[in-house]
Amino acid sequence: MTDHPTSPVSRPAVPTTGAAVPTAGAAQGDVTRLTAAATAAAIAAGELSAVEATRAALERIAKVDDTVHAFLHVDAEGALAAAGRIDQRRAAGEPLGPLAGVPLALKDVLATRGMPTTCGSRILEGWQAPYDATVVTRLRAADVVLLGKVNMDEFAMGSSTENSAYGPTRNPWDTTRIPGGSSGGSAAAVAAFEAPLAIGTDTGGSIRQPAAVCGLVGVKPTYGAVSRYGLVAFSSSLDQAGPLARTVTDAALLHAAIAGHDPLDSTSVDVPVPSVVAAAARRDVRGVRVGVVRELSGEGYDPGVQAAFAAAVDTLTDLGAEIVEVSCPHFTYAMPAYYLIAPSECSSNLARFDAMRFGLRIGDDGQAGAEEVMSRTREAGFGPEVKRRIILGTYALSSGYYDAYYGQAQKVRTLISRDFAAAYEQVDVLISPTTPTPAFPIGAKVDDPVAMYLSDLCTIPSNLAGGPAMSLPVGLTDGLPVGLQIMAPTFADDRLYLVGGALEAALDDRRGHPLLDEAPAL
Amino acid sequence: MSTAAPASALPSYDDVIARYEPVIGLETHVELGTVSKMFCGCATAFGAEPNTQVCPVCLGLPGSLPVVNEAAVRFAVLIGLALHCDIAPWCRFARKNYFYPDMPKNFQISQYDEPLCTDGYLDVEVDGEIHRVGITRVHMEEDTGKSLHVGGSTGRIHGATHSLVDYNRAGIPLVEIVTEPDVRSPEVARAYVDELRELIRALGVSDVRMEQGSLRCDANVSLRRRPAPGEPDAPFGTRTETKNLNSLRSVERAVRYEISRQSVLLDDGERIIQETRHFDESVGRTSSGRSKEEATDYRYFPEPDLTPLALSAEYVDELRASLPELPAARRVRLIAEHGYSARDLVDMRNAGVLDLVEQTVAAGAANPVAARKWWLNELARRAADAAVAPADLVITPADVARITVLIAGGELTDALARKVIDGVLAGEGTPDEVVSGRGLAIVADDGALTAAVDAAIAGAPDIAEKVRGGKLNAVGPLVGAVMKAMKGQADPAGIRALLLERLGVS
Repeated sequence: MTDHPTSPVSRPAVPTTGAAVPTAGAAQGDVTRLTAAATAAAIAAGELSAVEATRAALERIAKVDDTVHAFLHVDAEGALAAAGRIDQRRAAGEPLGPLAGVPLALKDVLATRGMPTTCGSRILEGWQAPYDATVVTRLRAADVVLLGKVNMDEFAMGSSTENSAYGPTRNPWDTTRIPGGSSGGSAAAVAAFEAPLAIGTDTGGSIRQPAAVCGLVGVKPTYGAVSRYGLVAFSSSLDQAGPLARTVTDAALLHAAIAGHDPLDSTSVDVPVPSVVAAAARRDVRGVRVGVVRELSGEGYDPGVQAAFAAAVDTLTDLGAEIVEVSCPHFTYAMPAYYLIAPSECSSNLARFDAMRFGLRIGDDGQAGAEEVMSRTREAGFGPEVKRRIILGTYALSSGYYDAYYGQAQKVRTLISRDFAAAYEQVDVLISPTTPTPAFPIGAKVDDPVAMYLSDLCTIPSNLAGGPAMSLPVGLTDGLPVGLQIMAPTFADDRLYLVGGALEAALDDRRGHPLLDEAPAL
Repeated sequence: MSTAAPASALPSYDDVIARYEPVIGLETHVELGTVSKMFCGCATAFGAEPNTQVCPVCLGLPGSLPVVNEAAVRFAVLIGLALHCDIAPWCRFARKNYFYPDMPKNFQISQYDEPLCTDGYLDVEVDGEIHRVGITRVHMEEDTGKSLHVGGSTGRIHGATHSLVDYNRAGIPLVEIVTEPDVRSPEVARAYVDELRELIRALGVSDVRMEQGSLRCDANVSLRRRPAPGEPDAPFGTRTETKNLNSLRSVERAVRYEISRQSVLLDDGERIIQETRHFDESVGRTSSGRSKEEATDYRYFPEPDLTPLALSAEYVDELRASLPELPAARRVRLIAEHGYSARDLVDMRNAGVLDLVEQTVAAGAANPVAARKWWLNELARRAADAAVAPADLVITPADVARITVLIAGGELTDALARKVIDGVLAGEGTPDEVVSGRGLAIVADDGALTAAVDAAIAGAPDIAEKVRGGKLNAVGPLVGAVMKAMKGQADPAGIRALLLERLGVS
């Protein structure tokens, strides 16, 4: 706690006594090392109770989170109560969901009843949403146990979680390094075995980049596949929630639990959720055409990243996939287009944080007018990166500049979608490194926004075009994880899991263990 | 200067009009009468306790998202069709960004360069002349909350100590109807708003109550010099926009005032400042609001939380086919079928009895003239006395139709009919029940009448003699005497006939 003097973390002591539970099978090992699938199976089989799984996670949080600082709020009481109800229902023979009893960490950008929702911002300190985001509703309905809320770059703006108002999160592989961002808390919690699953959100790479630098599987589903209702908007046309997990199958299980049409979100699409869980289990990529994106390689890419990526491509070849080099010429313009569209939308989305109805209020001294209170609150409540983007976006939307900036960026977006469409005429999926470099040291890029923005070079095109994309761990460089990105056409999310599942299995076989086993003990 | 022109210093209106041509465009906001709000399921009822009809969406809470209310789209399309507009097969919502405490998200979801309806018109009749007013566009948007400024003397923000905001209105669906600058007089401006209100009322998509703010009008006014014969029209002058006119009378007065005010400035060689102005009904003047030159840049961009609205041709065609009879067509029909004059229609509409008269005729009134007469004179007055709308009176069109039939059949006089109306309004039942309950039927000759006639003749022999002598009109006082004796429950024409018969001159 002393590391983070500004942290609002409420971390009640984890109860060590409670209802007697059977201690059989899985429960005798370290429950926190189990995958979500194994945890759910053990609970379903009666070998492990949901309360035990939850208590194990809470104990792990109590042990390591002072170091990692993934959590902003731990709801021990609520989690244990939910787990207890699940155990009772299982004992009564009631049907339970495929992830029943599995603990999960929620990115603090999703409105959640009974917990704070801060978005990593001072301006929402102490605010409690009076409603659940649809993702949260679905998780509760799936009998997932919500452990609490995890750290993030303020309003999901950043690639390192250093932009949180509540202090940085540390990478469990090397606690002097960043865990990626903006879903850094989600990634760190899963990589530190505080939770087998986490929800992140991805606007320009905010699930995939943290997954890559923390050695996890992270998926940005197709835009519109997962409801955005209750996801506090950064950039409405780009934001998408998705899973972070230690395995492709775990990610698929979580993906299936949260995806699906939601009438509360007009941009949610009413199409059947692809069979991602089955795809993850197939492990056969013979004849699958895999395109390597030429523009996402070369200068600026760390040699260790390139080497791990090349080795993974060889593995795919060995598995019978057909590797093709593909050009997507407009991907070069993705970054500038993104930094017009996302700030433009954010400048409007964040206008509601004005001290009038909720959240922080500064300067209400009985003399100041509403406008002055709004201004003082926003000055005090937003961090520098958020202000930078609000100013950028306000400028880009201004009368006389709209066509040159926002309008032009939307045209680039169309061109990038066409690049994808042309590529998918030749191949089934596209691949690239997820990030140009592995995790960098905390503080290394805080004063250089553009260097920070380059972390998302490879991930942004999928947000602009709306297609799904996954990052999965393919190796290490200097002891730090390297991620490979798989991209697929919109609504073909199952292809990510097909290719990812096969590649993961081959790499684990060759290595003899999951990559995460090589992470140093915390 | 521009705000101070006292009414007394203004030149004669006719003089102004002789030299300048007013150019007027109107923007009208209409609250649609949907059950729920534009983008959420909250109720829209007027007058509820503050902040009781709100939810995360219309409060703009973090994470909430809008979903378009289909009924609002349907209502907006109906208005567009009734105004002869083109309905866009594909259009989008846009965000209009500005900070104000009554705007929960600090942006309003509206439409910008892709409105739902474009390029229509409304014909307006003033003194028998038709003026066609072009409709530029009809677009959809959401209403704001309502600020209540507390502690000042005026209820305005100036001088207030604090403000309260009621978000019940936030998110109520609105359409904004924008005209071309086609209007050339305050009278036509008023008539346009009046006709538009009738049209929307006929569509049943809004209660269009100006006093409750469900129809609000902004008037754009500019002047240009009238060209000399043979010269082309002068270009439009700089306009002002007078906001939130909340009665037909205010529309006309505000426009008229602006015309005079601007003429003074132009005569003095000053320029008109493009600005927003407010109309003060109590003094009949407009005053300067915020200047457009320092106006907010609204930073419009397409609303990313909503998908484009793509209405199928079938959907629009179905709505077109469902349009009810519109006011102009109805007027033509009523004149043709019922023989009313245009003046009658205006009077009946202004009295709020036109629907009731038509229903009364349909319910079997003795004739359309009687139906009009009873509603327009007697019942409209009674409604006004009771401070209710005529339609809210207990008496029904069927009751009124029955009364006209009883009168025509000689069973009631007008005076008796008024007593029947008293009874119906007092809840004593149908007209027939009141007639029997109060014993109001005209007394036919059952001996009492003959006796009263004979008594009257006996009581005024000089008059009787005159009548016998051929002065039939002298019988009046005798009729009066009989009516008095009968306590009004007799038919004066029948009494007269009986008197003449008894006097041997029939």
